[in-house]
Amino acid sequence: MAELCYNKEGRLIFTKEMKKEYTILLPMMLPIHFKLIQNTLEHYGYKTELLETNCPEIATEGLKYVHNDTCYPAILVIGQFIHALKSGKYDLNKTALMITQTGGGCRASNYIHLLRKALRKAGFEKIPVISLNLSGFEKNSGFKVTIPILKRMVAGLVYGDTLMLLKNQTKPFEVNKGESLRLIDKWTEKLTKQLNEGLGSSIKDLKNNLNEIAADFSNIKVKKERKVKVGIVGEIYVKYSSLGNNNLEEFLENQGCEICVPGILNFMLFKIDNRLEDIKLYGGSWLKKHIILVLLNYFKKIEKVLIKTISKHSNFEVPKPYEEIKALVDGVIGYGNKMGEGWLLTAEMLELCGSNYENIVCTQPFGCLPNHICGKGMIHKIKEINSKANIVAIDYDPGSPKVNQENRIKLMLSIAKENLNNTMEDPKINISKRSTNQVISKYSISHQ
Amino acid sequence: MKIGLDIGSTTIKCVIINENNEIVYKSYERHYSQIKQKLIDILSKVKKEMPESNFSQIAISGSAGMGIAEKCGVQFVQEVYATRTAANVFAKGTDVIIELGGEDAKILFLTGGLEVRMNGSCAGGTGAFIDQMATLLAVPIDKMNDLSMQYEKTYTIASRCGVFAKSDIQPLLNQGAKKSDIAKSIFMAVVNQTIAGLSQGRKICGNVLYLGGPLTFMNELRKSFDETLSLVGNCPENSLYYVALGAAIGASETYSLDGIVQKVENYKSDDAFAYNNPLFKDEKEYEEFKDRHQKSIIKKGDIENYSGDVYLGVDAGSTTVKAVIIGENNELLYSKYLPNNGDLVPVVKSFLEEIFEKYPNLNIKSSAATGYGEELIKNAFSIDFGIVETVAHLIAAKKFMPDVEFIIDIGGQDIKCFKVRNGVIDNIFLNEACSSGCGSFLQTFANALGYSISDFAQLGLFAKKPVDLGSRCTVFMNSSVKQAQKDGAYIEDISAGLSLSIVKNALYKVIRAGSPDELGKKIVVQGGTFLNDAVLRAFEQEIMTNVIRPDISGLMGAYGAALYAKKKAPISSAIIKKDELKNLIHEVKSTLCNGCSNHCKLTINIFSKDKKYISGNRCEKPTANKESDDRLNMYAYKLGLLKQYGDTKGERETIGIPMGLNMFELLPFWHKFFTELGFGIKVSPPSSSELYMLGQHTIPSDTICFPAKLMHGHVEALMVGGIKTIFYPCMSYNFDEGLGDNHYNCPVVAYYPEVITANFKDIKNITFIKDYVGIHKEKEFPKKIYKILSQHFDNIQLIDVMSASRKAYKEYDNYIKRVREKGQEIINFAEKENRQIIVLSGRPYHIDPEINHGIDKLILSFGAAIISEDVVSGKEGYEKINVLNQWTYHSRLYSAAKYIKDKKNMNLVQLVSFGCGIDAITTDEVRDILEKEGKIYTQLKIDEITNLGAIKIRLRSLFATL
Repeated sequence: MAELCYNKEGRLIFTKEMKKEYTILLPMMLPIHFKLIQNTLEHYGYKTELLETNCPEIATEGLKYVHNDTCYPAILVIGQFIHALKSGKYDLNKTALMITQTGGGCRASNYIHLLRKALRKAGFEKIPVISLNLSGFEKNSGFKVTIPILKRMVAGLVYGDTLMLLKNQTKPFEVNKGESLRLIDKWTEKLTKQLNEGLGSSIKDLKNNLNEIAADFSNIKVKKERKVKVGIVGEIYVKYSSLGNNNLEEFLENQGCEICVPGILNFMLFKIDNRLEDIKLYGGSWLKKHIILVLLNYFKKIEKVLIKTISKHSNFEVPKPYEEIKALVDGVIGYGNKMGEGWLLTAEMLELCGSNYENIVCTQPFGCLPNHICGKGMIHKIKEINSKANIVAIDYDPGSPKVNQENRIKLMLSIAKENLNNTMEDPKINISKRSTNQVISKYSISHQ
Repeated sequence: MKIGLDIGSTTIKCVIINENNEIVYKSYERHYSQIKQKLIDILSKVKKEMPESNFSQIAISGSAGMGIAEKCGVQFVQEVYATRTAANVFAKGTDVIIELGGEDAKILFLTGGLEVRMNGSCAGGTGAFIDQMATLLAVPIDKMNDLSMQYEKTYTIASRCGVFAKSDIQPLLNQGAKKSDIAKSIFMAVVNQTIAGLSQGRKICGNVLYLGGPLTFMNELRKSFDETLSLVGNCPENSLYYVALGAAIGASETYSLDGIVQKVENYKSDDAFAYNNPLFKDEKEYEEFKDRHQKSIIKKGDIENYSGDVYLGVDAGSTTVKAVIIGENNELLYSKYLPNNGDLVPVVKSFLEEIFEKYPNLNIKSSAATGYGEELIKNAFSIDFGIVETVAHLIAAKKFMPDVEFIIDIGGQDIKCFKVRNGVIDNIFLNEACSSGCGSFLQTFANALGYSISDFAQLGLFAKKPVDLGSRCTVFMNSSVKQAQKDGAYIEDISAGLSLSIVKNALYKVIRAGSPDELGKKIVVQGGTFLNDAVLRAFEQEIMTNVIRPDISGLMGAYGAALYAKKKAPISSAIIKKDELKNLIHEVKSTLCNGCSNHCKLTINIFSKDKKYISGNRCEKPTANKESDDRLNMYAYKLGLLKQYGDTKGERETIGIPMGLNMFELLPFWHKFFTELGFGIKVSPPSSSELYMLGQHTIPSDTICFPAKLMHGHVEALMVGGIKTIFYPCMSYNFDEGLGDNHYNCPVVAYYPEVITANFKDIKNITFIKDYVGIHKEKEFPKKIYKILSQHFDNIQLIDVMSASRKAYKEYDNYIKRVREKGQEIINFAEKENRQIIVLSGRPYHIDPEINHGIDKLILSFGAAIISEDVVSGKEGYEKINVLNQWTYHSRLYSAAKYIKDKKNMNLVQLVSFGCGIDAITTDEVRDILEKEGKIYTQLKIDEITNLGAIKIRLRSLFATL
């Protein structure tokens, strides 16, 4: 059994020996993306498991071990870990946990510390916790994000974004139910195989794969239908995680909506770009600036590939490039606003409004500090800019009953449906690209 | 014909309309949460009385109707949307609709851009809230309406949350405030809550329509809205039925009534609710449990046969008065547990009269009072001693368990828990800003479901699946209960679930215990709520330890007070004599103290003309007629120091500075900077509730902290004052004081200027400078700020900016230096005089009296000196702690805690603004740092309105242990 090693500050280290024996538990946030990332880690010799549990006991455990006024994502993620550790499913002498850490000025940077506190309280202090971050926090001898791992992870996120985007635009219109999800499974498998063989993360491979993915989705037979289009934005965890948002996507689908969830690539670009903005606003070293620029440009290049490839398939709504999204908030909110989702959240709402997803659910944990500013604080202004905006802000926390949340979303949907009916006469407005261009799409594929 | 059903949180409304949208049938009934049965009854009745409506278009609406509609496959219309549909037909020309329901509040702007708003996750200020308040006042709802007509003055009552409001009202009642004034104040709170929470920057004007139960039934509530909005709104015919009408109009699918009844009858939930283990497996287990607890009894004596000296203890609690009389051997001779209906004096009076009358031979040798109403009772009846309730409880608990380690008391309004170490109180936990999970909460639920509290609690004993209701807020609990009922939970399951939630709330929210061991093994439980076996059992189950529940569980405070009185017995008691008592007249007057800017609302109790008791004051000024000693008050010193950076004229334009949040520390910096550049300065006026109201309508997020909300008032005040330029920069970073891993501002402090710009309509008419500024980079700052200023002003020279920057940094350093020097002076002085020093810590803006509610003065009145955390934080260097230490202000807290850990005469009290997410992290860590060294950690939660009663108990208990 691996020996327990502590560093100078008394932190339990994840050692090389542990890498061989331990299973690392990962919290789930984005199913498609995280599966690809998990597979990458597996390929590099880490035994991992994604926690996909979703039951009321998770929040109960969280409330027991985390300060109840802490944000909901912390309560859930930590509750999920402890729930898993208590389940008896894992050998407690051979289990480690992994959690991300961004290092921004919001509370989220403290999750890992709250997790350790909770583990101590629950008597699991011998479980090592690994920080997954790009800021150089907390080194572990048994875990290192190397450049090849990073490249594959980034590729995983790009594929995840693409698959999520195309699925959301196709699934509601499917003639044969379940085809989109089958494609997701097919591609997850295919991409894992590629990534494991060292393929799939080069620009060229990305291009080819994305093209094929888009073609596959174009081939799914769809009905012509008008649906209410709803965008989901918000604090990253409750925005993406079905555990966090009480299965919001499923609820909206059942209400007959087509949804759009802006991808995670923008968030990565945003986090990198923040460092440049800091230097611009407050000063900083030339060298640092150039290192960041290299990284930023790499991400932008990938983004370009994604956008260009999908645009070729004219039947999909294509996300706007990062720079364009950024330009949307010029004069609305400052680029120095970087904690949490910062100005990006405001920008995403404006982008959604501009691409016919003007019905928006803005999700946040109850009492989320950054969202007071860039979410709820900006709704007024967004409506001034785009009067069509129909935004509902929903708070999530262990005490907010689902029925109240759904009732408020239904109010937003009632207005959305009315607006949709009012524009029925104008076929150009408010109709999904995917559902109108099905005939063209068939042709576009045959061209290639 | 079309049928509309509105299933609300408390009632079901049903209407039937004909082709001309005329109402041909309507009914309005309470459902007592038996939605399914009630719905079947209503539909069957409709079928009988209106057979022609059998095949009609039917739609369901209402907050409680969604689930049932979905499951039964009946069309659902969202209720706010339904309201609008109905208004478009029945109230054409309406501009704004205000609708209050059982748990919902809604505002609909119909003209000038449609907007519909509904209260978010907080249900304060709704019908349920008014119901609760009426219970508290012990008057029926309609009486409350009548009472409010006779008001003379209003009190400010927290408008954010019903639960907070409750804790504001209780002390007012205990202090003898008039019910009529309180009734009116409650209505005003509802109005403020609705407007503040829902208007979000939009003005309510034009033709206003009032809908829903509370606004229909209470004309005085409507009047309060009219007054605040300066208009006359209209409560139309059928104002209760708009949602149902909207559903009827919107109904498009035809069903047979029988079919629907069938579906509702077959409607079964999927048993999906989370639940806990049963409280008791079987009767046998319950019998064993009862036997065990029957052993904790106190010695009793027979008062009829007793003669000689006796000792009186009175516990004037928030909802009940407890009084006991004990004899020479500590035996309990007589006790009374009386509801006080919000009026303490007559209850105690009749108790004493009874004693004097029935037992003329007893000599009350000594007496003591405790509880919320301690002071009032002590003054009214000349009781000999007053004692903090925590100490009273400890004294009593020791009689049952001399080596008790933990005492938990759950009363009507409050939860008090404390650890005992070496026989003294070591650590106190009180519920502060929130009274969820207390006895009155269980009572409210029992009443709402049509049970008495004891019957209701008893129901849960053998529940098979006690519902897991979480532990958050009473108001949320309503909805959770509804949800559970929908999912098929039985009333027994809910009863047991509520008992469990009380326990969990106390354990995980108030005490913040991670494991049962933290409480110790020797536990005494008390307070009326524990008289319910279900609550007691849930507690034992949750902490996995058997505890002691004294047979006088509800009387412990009074018993402890009596024991205390006995121990301290004077030669003869000063207690009121029989004939004096008969002639006791109690009059209550209220007035505003003008002693300082706090403007406390004083309640003056006059007893038989010559005796007076004043309450509601924070400092001793109105009572002792003397100034509080500000020489030992760092908060007062800082305020004075900041006043020196006042308004000035300059050769350039005048810049307005809103005095809130981080400006409380950076004013010296910016003041110097701008005056050096030749600008004039106008600082916004001191915070006050009027100033807060001024900006209230522009607050977009109702759950943000109060200091941030106040900022709206400051900016508005500057704009109203005609200022054309306001400087309020965004700042991700603060100064790096070398105490932490980083030096951020919290997200709210950092970016609040963005919220101001986005939510003030007229901000575009002035120059509002909210650029991102980095004062942490002293070298780069001048160039960056030069660029910013050049965008807004002509003729700014870099060289001037550089010089002004240098001076600004120096001025800031100077300010900090003066604070530290003064702090040291206070420390030295206190040490010389052997006084306790309280490090009253928080953020720089906590020195604002409107934010700290005069807590500094309260602490001074205990004879302690006050310093702030920044006085001592510099004395400790950086050291790794257990959390990411990345905010400048918060780093000071950790350092201050570390500094005082071995200082005998220093203790830390942390002010925490409600809604401060970051303090969820700091409070636990500061507590850890202090407790590791055996220090007591005291946290005071403060908000827009703060219940100083709870804070007083906490501070008195703290000082009692020092």
